[in-house]
Amino acid sequence: MSVVTLRVNGQEVAVPAGASLLEAARAAGVELPTLCHLEGLTPVGACRLCLVASETGGRLLPACATEAAEGMAIRTDTEELQRYRRMTVELFFAEGNHVCAFCVANGDCELQDVAVAVGMDHSRFPYRYPHRHVDASHPLFALDHHRCILCTRCVRVCDEIEGAHVWDVAQRGSECTIIAGLDEPWGAVEACTSCGKCVDVCPTGALFRKEDTTAEKHPHAERPEQLRRAREQQQWRNQ
Amino acid sequence: MTRTVLIDPVTRIEGHAKITLHLDEGGHLVDARFHVVEYRGFEKFCEGRPFTEMAGITARICGICPVSHLLAAAKTGDKLLAVTIPPAAARLRRLLNLAQLTQSHALSFFHLSSPDFLLGWESDPAKRNVFGLMAADPDLARAGIRLRQFGQQVLELLGGRKIHSAWAVPGGVRTPLSAEAKAWILDRLPEARATVRLALDLYKRLLDGPLQREQRVFGDFPSLFLGLVGEGGRWEHIDGTIRLRASDGTIVADGLSEDDYHAFLGEAVEPWSYLKFPYYRPLGYPEGMYRVGPLARLNVCDSIGTPWADAELADLRSRSGRVATSSFAYHHARLVEIVACLEAIEELVNDPELMTGRVRSRAALNRNEAVGVSEAPRGTLFHHYVVDDDGLIQKVNLIIATGQNNLAMNRTVAQIAREFITEPVGADATIPEPLLNRVEAGIRCFDPCLSCSTHAAGQMPLRLELRAADGTLLAERCRG
Repeated sequence: MSVVTLRVNGQEVAVPAGASLLEAARAAGVELPTLCHLEGLTPVGACRLCLVASETGGRLLPACATEAAEGMAIRTDTEELQRYRRMTVELFFAEGNHVCAFCVANGDCELQDVAVAVGMDHSRFPYRYPHRHVDASHPLFALDHHRCILCTRCVRVCDEIEGAHVWDVAQRGSECTIIAGLDEPWGAVEACTSCGKCVDVCPTGALFRKEDTTAEKHPHAERPEQLRRAREQQQWRNQ
Repeated sequence: MTRTVLIDPVTRIEGHAKITLHLDEGGHLVDARFHVVEYRGFEKFCEGRPFTEMAGITARICGICPVSHLLAAAKTGDKLLAVTIPPAAARLRRLLNLAQLTQSHALSFFHLSSPDFLLGWESDPAKRNVFGLMAADPDLARAGIRLRQFGQQVLELLGGRKIHSAWAVPGGVRTPLSAEAKAWILDRLPEARATVRLALDLYKRLLDGPLQREQRVFGDFPSLFLGLVGEGGRWEHIDGTIRLRASDGTIVADGLSEDDYHAFLGEAVEPWSYLKFPYYRPLGYPEGMYRVGPLARLNVCDSIGTPWADAELADLRSRSGRVATSSFAYHHARLVEIVACLEAIEELVNDPELMTGRVRSRAALNRNEAVGVSEAPRGTLFHHYVVDDDGLIQKVNLIIATGQNNLAMNRTVAQIAREFITEPVGADATIPEPLLNRVEAGIRCFDPCLSCSTHAAGQMPLRLELRAADGTLLAERCRG
């Protein structure tokens, strides 16, 4: 296995060829905030929280979706990056309707955790209070578009792990939204196997079990990686 | 020229309101009104939300009595699921409400109202509060604060937090009571009982002495009283059926179900207040005025069912009649209810069913409409939801205790103002502060929660405005 060496915040680190800058940062003991990234799913670089700067300048790079190259030198915590990260999280809050007080995910929410991590104590941007809706047509689960940050974890886990491809992204800009099937009520999409993986990986309270009330959602973001590893290694056959 | 004297805001209540005193050309009082000037809009913005969120959302209406909304929402949720909650859950919810009644009544009596009785109506307004009470009688103040803390701590032991817990859910509750929590409650009960005995002894001495005039003029008038009663007409706070009793003791209606509330309760609207005016529909508006809350619960019930509370109920009735009609008796009723709560808490924590079996029934949506009821500290609380087939809220109606007392609060304010403001008010609006305080204290009898009833807060400076009939500001004074 070939290896590439690079510098993260001045520290030299070696990672397998093909590894991402996020993996390189983690190998160097540096934790970067992420929301769209999830082990076991294809990276898309949607949330822009893991942006890092190359010491040689140029545009900022999404660490999850950038392959580490021999001789690279990156910084992960410049003042500019910290400012951008906080601004990104503030924009998430301003863009949707995130009311932690009665949210199913309160206390176990990655958006909440990231807000704390980047030091967001308030949003400097005016809230948009968009008019969105809740799709509760599925017998077991519901999608609250108010709380969706368009990370597309649900789209990817349904496509790549479950193989059902119930979810997709429609529209553009501020109208951009997650849709079920051909923009149908979730409960009407026959492809859905009701496996619940999309609920498990959702980083906020957007996807939840219908019986869950305030602060009762406990996601399982580790499942895609567990399932992928189990399939690749055929773990169930070794027992 | 007719004029209006404005008391704005009313202090030491939960929420924001003002009182206007209406004067004729000669400066004589002709009317008084209690205006609630908050607008919250909960009924509107709950539309479109899953009904499972209603407990979490409506609990946020109020920081004093979130438990009341939590329970009413959970009970409405039970009906939407069409489930019977497990016996242990029913007992745990009762325990939660008893703790809530205890802490809220302790807050009303010790923190908000007792400074008037104990420090005097004429005392310095800057010290006529719980801090003044701490300075004047630290032992009593400490005991009162610890009594409230007892109630709050039970809420936390059950729901994980003192305020805005989401522990009661459609189908039951989330977690059982731990053995450690049970032991803590039993350990602290004797101190709580001693505090309420101290308060009752003190308050009865005041009733026999300096508070006689207040008992007579603080909203003493005939009206209906509405509240839940349990089996055999016993005092009730969460289950049971609705009873209305008239001032002469007649039971006007009994065995009513909250499901039919629309048939017997109407809601009128006046342009000068955000607070609706519920009334007993068969008598019309405003003749169908009724009162709810601790005094109403004690008036409608036949007995409480525990020895000390029944003895205190008998004492209250010997002083105020079988049906106490003076709104000032709400203060006494609150203390009697704390006794009832403490005795009931002791019975419940020793009930073996409390600690056994499951605490939550699970089901999907089975109905599209339901009404839930609970007795909040301030009176009967109704939650009415209509949901679509996916469980999303289409319509919400909340009938709040304070709203149901609205007509009676207005009547009380007018009665006190007429009793104490007998001299013509001059153009400089020099109404003595102690008189204004008594008018405010008439409102405090009801312990109104305006944050709840209009679906903000804190102690605010009092503003007094004197306005001409055309709205021109003639004079203005501030305190606070």
